[in-house]
Amino acid sequence: MWLNPRNPQLNKNGELHHLLSLEGLPADILRQILDTANSFVGVTQREVKKVPLLRGKAVFNIFFEASTRTRTTFEIAAKRLSADVINLAINVSSQSKGESVLDTVANLSAMQADMFIVRHAASGAPYMIAKHVGPDIHVINAGDGRHSHPTQGLLDMFAIRHYKKDFTHLRVAIVGDILHSRVARSQIHALTTLGCPEIRVIGPRTLIPAEIRGLGVHVYHDMRQGLKDVDVVSMLRLQSERMKGALLASGQEFYKYYGLTDDKLALAKSDAIVLHPGPMNRGVEIDSSVADGKQSVILPQVSFGIAIRMAVMSILAGN
Amino acid sequence: MNKPGNPLPNPLPDAEQLLARLLDQMKPVVGPDTGIIGIHTGGVWVAERLHAALGIKVPLGTLDVSFYRDDFEKIGLHRDVKTSDLPFDVDGRHLILVDDVLYTGRTIRAAMNVLFDYGRPASIQLAALVNRGGRELPVCADFLGGDISLAVSQSVELIRDSHDGTGKLTLKLHEN
Repeated sequence: MWLNPRNPQLNKNGELHHLLSLEGLPADILRQILDTANSFVGVTQREVKKVPLLRGKAVFNIFFEASTRTRTTFEIAAKRLSADVINLAINVSSQSKGESVLDTVANLSAMQADMFIVRHAASGAPYMIAKHVGPDIHVINAGDGRHSHPTQGLLDMFAIRHYKKDFTHLRVAIVGDILHSRVARSQIHALTTLGCPEIRVIGPRTLIPAEIRGLGVHVYHDMRQGLKDVDVVSMLRLQSERMKGALLASGQEFYKYYGLTDDKLALAKSDAIVLHPGPMNRGVEIDSSVADGKQSVILPQVSFGIAIRMAVMSILAGN
Repeated sequence: MNKPGNPLPNPLPDAEQLLARLLDQMKPVVGPDTGIIGIHTGGVWVAERLHAALGIKVPLGTLDVSFYRDDFEKIGLHRDVKTSDLPFDVDGRHLILVDDVLYTGRTIRAAMNVLFDYGRPASIQLAALVNRGGRELPVCADFLGGDISLAVSQSVELIRDSHDGTGKLTLKLHEN
């Protein structure tokens, strides 16, 4: 086995071979990705926005769950690295899911794929795929169930570092539907590894899992208390399509207590930045005047996302 | 530490002298609009010194060729990729690429590819502090500080003194 058995993302030399989760990734690998992405930001501002790094490589976007933005940014990133990109949207049949996923992957491997970018509604699906591909194939998790969304977490770290320079004096609040959010988990792992001293999660009791305290975060149910003096406000999307059972009375009630409005944001530091992974539910978790306001870095996040995905793909392809 | 007046024998030429020679060759050629571009990392140090001494108004450009290297398949992405920054329009401009050590010529090939992704320069010339031979591509320097001959097992590295504030450049020999 060429992979490290304790952390299947890393090869025997401790280099990144797959990107499956930010959990357990050492700080120097996270920083390498952020630094490399910084160099790619310049590339995307040139007349020719492509570099030849992945020329002749075949990158397969395999999306078992719909996502326009993430798939598109991966596609742009791969194309800017000169790779050939093949997009596959796969509707999972209800029967024998496990088998059909591996069959799909085996078929694509036979087509000389070099990299799989996988999104799946089931937590752990990219791990299973990573375990079954050949040693020359790299797997990137583009979001699996409630578990992880590592490139989103990385682009959030990139945005925070871009505006705040350093993590070691920051107070960061993550607000909303923590329970269903793979973004929140990825952010918490990355922030902790990069030395952020205070992470707060804010949301209703029904949307904050009890075990989250085990990750060393502070839990707030009162948003006004939780936002006091924070440097970064990271809003999460209310995942209505993931919501099963009566966890919330209504979107309007959620907005009243946990929607980010100008008057709530005023409780944070005056230079606090606002992040959102998109797509936004305006008037549910965030008010339009905040989303389009001075402190919002939501659109820059999208641009950074391309640079981060270019960095991850080129580091993996080279290891 | 070398004691003053009692230097250790050093087979490598003095980098500051090489720089002075390079400067003499370039002075008559560069114009006010010439773009000087240093290749990371040593080439940028040399380019900074040349740029200041030549009194060029156009800001200095810097180039990292990691995304264009031909050994990516073999050794992967460089761990410490720097940012390329060309703060001027490349189209129609006379450019001088600056590197510290000219060896196989592959870095220069990569650097020219980067430049053409920014635009179409009028011309590109090459300035190198030192040529160690061993070329694998048809590349030669238009401006050259000096030549040294090294075994394949040896390499030479440019060092910049960061302690005394002068940024003095020296060459260091490595036995690999």
